[in-house]
Amino acid sequence: MTTLTRQKLADLFRSFLEYESVVDQPTSLAAYECDGLSAYRQTPLLVVLPRTIEEVQKIVLICAEKNVPIVSRGAGTSLSGGALPHAEGIVLSLSKMAQILNIDVNAQSITVQPGVRNLAVSEAVKHLGLYYAPDPSSQIACSIGGNVAENAGGVHCLKYGLTLHNVLGVTLVMATGELLVLDQQSLQSQGYDLLALVIGSEGMLGIVVEVTLKLLPIPQCAQALLAVFDDVEKAGNSVASIISGGIIPAGVEMMDNPAIRAAEAFVHAGYPVDAAAILICELDGTEAEVESQISKVDSILKSSGAVETRLAKDDAERLLFWSGRKAAFPAVGRLSPDYYCIDGTIPRKALGAVLTEINRLSDEYGLRIANVFHAGDGNLHPLILYDANNEGEFEKTEQLGSRILQLCIHHGGTITGEHGVGVEKLGEMCVQFSDIERHQFHAIRSAFDPANIMNPGKAIPTLARCAEFNAMHVHHGELPHPELDRF
Amino acid sequence: MASLIPKISIPQVNLEDDLQSQIELASANDVPVRIIGGNSKAFYGHAVDASDIDVSRHSGIVDYDPAELVITLRSGCKLKEVESLLAEKGQMLGFEPPYFGDEATIGGMVASGLTGPRRAFSGAIRDFILGVKLLNGRGEIVNFGGRVIKNVAGFDVSRLMVGALGTLGILLEVSIRVIPIYEAETTLMFEHADAQAHIDWINQKRRSPYPISASVWYQGQTKIRLSGSQQGLDSACQDLGGDNKIEHDETWSELKEQTHSFFDQVKAIARVSVPSIEPDFLTAESQLIEWGGAQRWVEVSQADLDQLRQQVVTDHRGTVCAYRGYDGHSAIFHRPTDAIMTLHRNLKSSFDPAGIFNPGRLYAGL
Repeated sequence: MTTLTRQKLADLFRSFLEYESVVDQPTSLAAYECDGLSAYRQTPLLVVLPRTIEEVQKIVLICAEKNVPIVSRGAGTSLSGGALPHAEGIVLSLSKMAQILNIDVNAQSITVQPGVRNLAVSEAVKHLGLYYAPDPSSQIACSIGGNVAENAGGVHCLKYGLTLHNVLGVTLVMATGELLVLDQQSLQSQGYDLLALVIGSEGMLGIVVEVTLKLLPIPQCAQALLAVFDDVEKAGNSVASIISGGIIPAGVEMMDNPAIRAAEAFVHAGYPVDAAAILICELDGTEAEVESQISKVDSILKSSGAVETRLAKDDAERLLFWSGRKAAFPAVGRLSPDYYCIDGTIPRKALGAVLTEINRLSDEYGLRIANVFHAGDGNLHPLILYDANNEGEFEKTEQLGSRILQLCIHHGGTITGEHGVGVEKLGEMCVQFSDIERHQFHAIRSAFDPANIMNPGKAIPTLARCAEFNAMHVHHGELPHPELDRF
Repeated sequence: MASLIPKISIPQVNLEDDLQSQIELASANDVPVRIIGGNSKAFYGHAVDASDIDVSRHSGIVDYDPAELVITLRSGCKLKEVESLLAEKGQMLGFEPPYFGDEATIGGMVASGLTGPRRAFSGAIRDFILGVKLLNGRGEIVNFGGRVIKNVAGFDVSRLMVGALGTLGILLEVSIRVIPIYEAETTLMFEHADAQAHIDWINQKRRSPYPISASVWYQGQTKIRLSGSQQGLDSACQDLGGDNKIEHDETWSELKEQTHSFFDQVKAIARVSVPSIEPDFLTAESQLIEWGGAQRWVEVSQADLDQLRQQVVTDHRGTVCAYRGYDGHSAIFHRPTDAIMTLHRNLKSSFDPAGIFNPGRLYAGL
């Protein structure tokens, strides 16, 4: 690792960057010491804020030569510590590369710099009747570069796909400083699908400096149903029935009773506070399509045991239905000094079993849990309520989170649906993947970055780390299903 | 979940151990292998001089619950049988994969990455694949991705297998997202005397929210297919008009399987892939345009191939594949840039260090 001092490195960067584009004062560096997962903090050696691709290339060349780790950072909203700084490395912030470069109405595409915010894309093309579909809940703040790094999803991804399905091309600066242009606008890719590999690679294969996104026509109309259930499993099964019935809703979201109560107290959306679960189902398309689907969904929900269904009478009420769900995290945050969001995915059919076990774990650990669920695609977000001021409570929360993720693996799911591994889920990666599989991940990373300078230590645990994780968990007898297949 | 697996006629034969020992042996002795499923897409890619390894009998449904919209299959399953099974449950593959023969397998479908008329409107195989079980060049069995729609744990290795033409490993199992069969489909016809008029028209229509699921232009005629609910289709047909409406048009399966008369008439056929809005630039007497303008088929002689490639890369942001009817001396696929080629070599050796899988099928030396 580098023996360069902070000062010497800052001088090197200032030879081509503006003075204030190199942050080296401890007070200013503090702003970069964590991302959305604030329990993990680390002050970086330096922060650099380039404005051009050429500047990014020069920074990377210097870091490659001096062997200085680079953590690239967009808006810093990652919930898994993906942008946690490296003690001996720099943070390369893309926040000054935030221009929209080109809007091509004919091609229905937009080319942006990585620092452009997700919501700003849809806002920029709204007057053309177009929008960008992926809508992670942090879309007001999160940046497109970060969306690419994490393969961000959102409430509409069952119908419209993840970031992967909505990116037409990216330009990356590789660890060698070279530019790599990956373009699939011609639809027929040839050779290895490097674009798919780069999306969701958590900043470990290169630095995204330009992105071309697919735009869609804004649907003519959207309609939402709110269904009330007295049983969580019935609510889960109703989603399966809608989908087996041949309908792919634009979004299907579920909340359990603690989440409903929290949201209702916060935004007064008119949610039934005694319900075991509610489901919000949105359909969009042409007026004719929506009209034909809404009545089908309504009757499926009723025959699946919904005690009540409410059709939003206008757009204002539709948005009111959504307001509670969208505010679920801050609403739960009001119930407790701190909360910790988990991000597992399970096959939908396992929902009942998984929720029962989560409730049991909640009792076992003495920590309350509220569940919100992207029910259409099986992505579960249990929110664990805790108080960081109580000694040992955060550690206990992390352990409970880990148990929930291992439960997801056991039911044929995965440890992260959309938040990424980052530093947070390195241990659970040892459960989900075998040594050989993790070795393959490291080899893929080396194919792009042999010197291991791009976001080192994230996403893929080392052999030693897994040995430690497994030893610790077996020692405490906490690995709940040692017999299970690694999937 | 065995009870959820429907009783259909897909043979259940697990040859994993057998395939693994064959590869262990090949790997230990540096013996290259040519991976074969149904051998229906042998024309796609360069000839491979190696001993054959047959995956077609490694067959069976591993998991299928229609309500999950996901199916997991052994790679030797016949595409035809899988599509019948899905249809029985009111579902389908969203990318309309071509067979090019009844023996076509799921493994070959993924390895070739070939898709049909629906591609431009609902996505490619890479958009639907969720996970793979792979036999790598060291004879190790590894799993990547999974059986759930949302999954960001680890690099996206399963999508890397699509179109890799078997150069990274033997696919043992794949998990694929499926979609419901559309309630109704119909085809509309429009006259467009020249290719440019078609390209302008179809790109303009795509900006409106009509449920277009395929398009083609050939000899002055545009056809589009609409897929959706009956009500949605009725209202779209009313808006779009058109010279004629056909309820069940064979054109789409003829295009998918390339049995359309255009493909019989040409000797050497190139696939020109460009962004859909690229203007008409092909000077050949006859061309057929699919995918909203992004896929253009044209007869090009061997002698003119290099010049066309140059033109497409420099002026039209695309690629040319020497698809059928060329001798073995032309590169079938466009040679990528040096940077991309280096990544291909590095990735190949990370999965297959001895280079035993389908050597040279995709690019010379890979």
